[in-house]
Amino acid sequence: MSILTDRAQRTALFLTVPALAVLLLVMAIPLGVIVLRSFIEPEPGIANYVWFFDTKVNVTVLLRTFSIAFWVTLCCVIAAYPYAFAMSVAGPRLRLVLIMCVLVPFWVSGVVRTLAWVILLQDSGVINRILLSLGFEKVRLIRTQLGVTIGMTQILLPFMIMPLYSVMRGIDLRLLQAARSLGAHPVKTFFQIYLPLSLPGVFAGATIVFILALGFYITPLLLGGPQSTMLSTLIQQQVLSLLNWGRGGAMGVILLVATFGILGIASPFMKRKYQMSGGSR
Amino acid sequence: MKRFNPGKLILGLTCLLIAIWLVAPTLVVIPMSFAEKKSLAFPPTGFSLQWYQNFFTNPQWFDSLIVSAKVAAMVAVVATVIGTMAAIGIERLKGRTGGLIRAVLITPMIVPGVVLAVGIYAVYLDAQLVGTWTGYVFAHTLLAIPFVVIAVGANLAVFDARLETAAASLGASRLTTFFSVTLPLILPGILSGALFAFVTSFDEVIVSLFITSPQLKTLPVQIFSSMTRDADPTVAAVGSLIFMATSVIIGLGLIFGTRRRGA
Repeated sequence: MSILTDRAQRTALFLTVPALAVLLLVMAIPLGVIVLRSFIEPEPGIANYVWFFDTKVNVTVLLRTFSIAFWVTLCCVIAAYPYAFAMSVAGPRLRLVLIMCVLVPFWVSGVVRTLAWVILLQDSGVINRILLSLGFEKVRLIRTQLGVTIGMTQILLPFMIMPLYSVMRGIDLRLLQAARSLGAHPVKTFFQIYLPLSLPGVFAGATIVFILALGFYITPLLLGGPQSTMLSTLIQQQVLSLLNWGRGGAMGVILLVATFGILGIASPFMKRKYQMSGGSR
Repeated sequence: MKRFNPGKLILGLTCLLIAIWLVAPTLVVIPMSFAEKKSLAFPPTGFSLQWYQNFFTNPQWFDSLIVSAKVAAMVAVVATVIGTMAAIGIERLKGRTGGLIRAVLITPMIVPGVVLAVGIYAVYLDAQLVGTWTGYVFAHTLLAIPFVVIAVGANLAVFDARLETAAASLGASRLTTFFSVTLPLILPGILSGALFAFVTSFDEVIVSLFITSPQLKTLPVQIFSSMTRDADPTVAAVGSLIFMATSVIIGLGLIFGTRRRGA
């Protein structure tokens, strides 16, 4: 029997080999090359990393990348929370409509979605026209950090809504009724019962949005200007324009470490602390 | 229980605003694509089909569409086969190995696009794969595998493995069991995985920008370079066409999906 299972296990392992081979060839080796070149070009050592943290522009861009990612994540949480809640309590028809609205943005390619934001945010664009007609002053949106944040938030919002929704769907609403019937104020019920139960979803969504935002390239490039450059653009410039693979590689490694570092720190918080059992809705 | 609830009203209005904010920017490109003048001023004036005509007659645009469609079709086949095999393997592996391999196979979704693109570009320069079909298919397959593994894996999770045992006990060979029992049952997962793989490749822009060549360009690369060059409503026409095509596919999927469930 054990020989049979061993053989079955070997076959199962064998089935994953092609996928792992593609990963090795097109991801692991390329990333390995980047790490290697960051340490050996132009000469062995950590000079590229010293240069990165010694140059004011780089540090500014690194901090800005984190700050944009932070604001985008915050905006996503604020917008996604009520939306995902509505999705989890809505009837089947309304729920389908709400899910469709989340998925429609994926029906056109990412580049085209950014084009839509260029159209909306430009100085003579729709948003400014609405602001003018309401008696406000024109705001400069395109080629600013604000414009980049607005565009990125819309593009990343679905990645926040979906994990949040999947957690909220599992929350037993009878717990809220129980709290209310025991005399708890609705606000207290929310903060003491619903919010803690939904937090794993918030963490999961926020982590995904944050790490995706850190690596954003197209949107900041097309919506932003020199004052809103993010790390990805800097990497591209070093490699393609300046042909400096060492420095570009070092920047890449820093972005990679930041991404996986945050994922590592955040993943324990994504687990559902309170497993819902029994309550079938 | 039908009484006025201010909380519900506020929630409803908030969700309506968010829904508009999610959907409206996507739809902006549709009126834009019928613009008369070569500008991206909104709302556009006049009506013309010249940008659609330009898309289908200008070889720069049309060739890139063909390249993208071919690459995406190849990626859909390769990634679906490899990804389905991996998902089946993961499901059958005992202990932590399966979970570990699954986590590894999903990492391409997380690695920052530009870092991956720079790495692939470096390797492709040495392997002379820049601007080649093989280069595109390999890179896009990498990015599509996670979606196939997730889609097929989700289907396998609800699949009753005892059906395979039953087929085997009745004398079916392993291959017969796979093709006549397992495959039909996980087909929905495989098909949605294939669709995701196609879309991932058709949409991919960052890695493609690095490994592109003037002779072999994908559609997103063409869109991107057009957008950085000038204000050309052809981009809006492309966006509208993709939107309409996707709507038709999803509409058909919904119709057939619900019909099968009803049967």
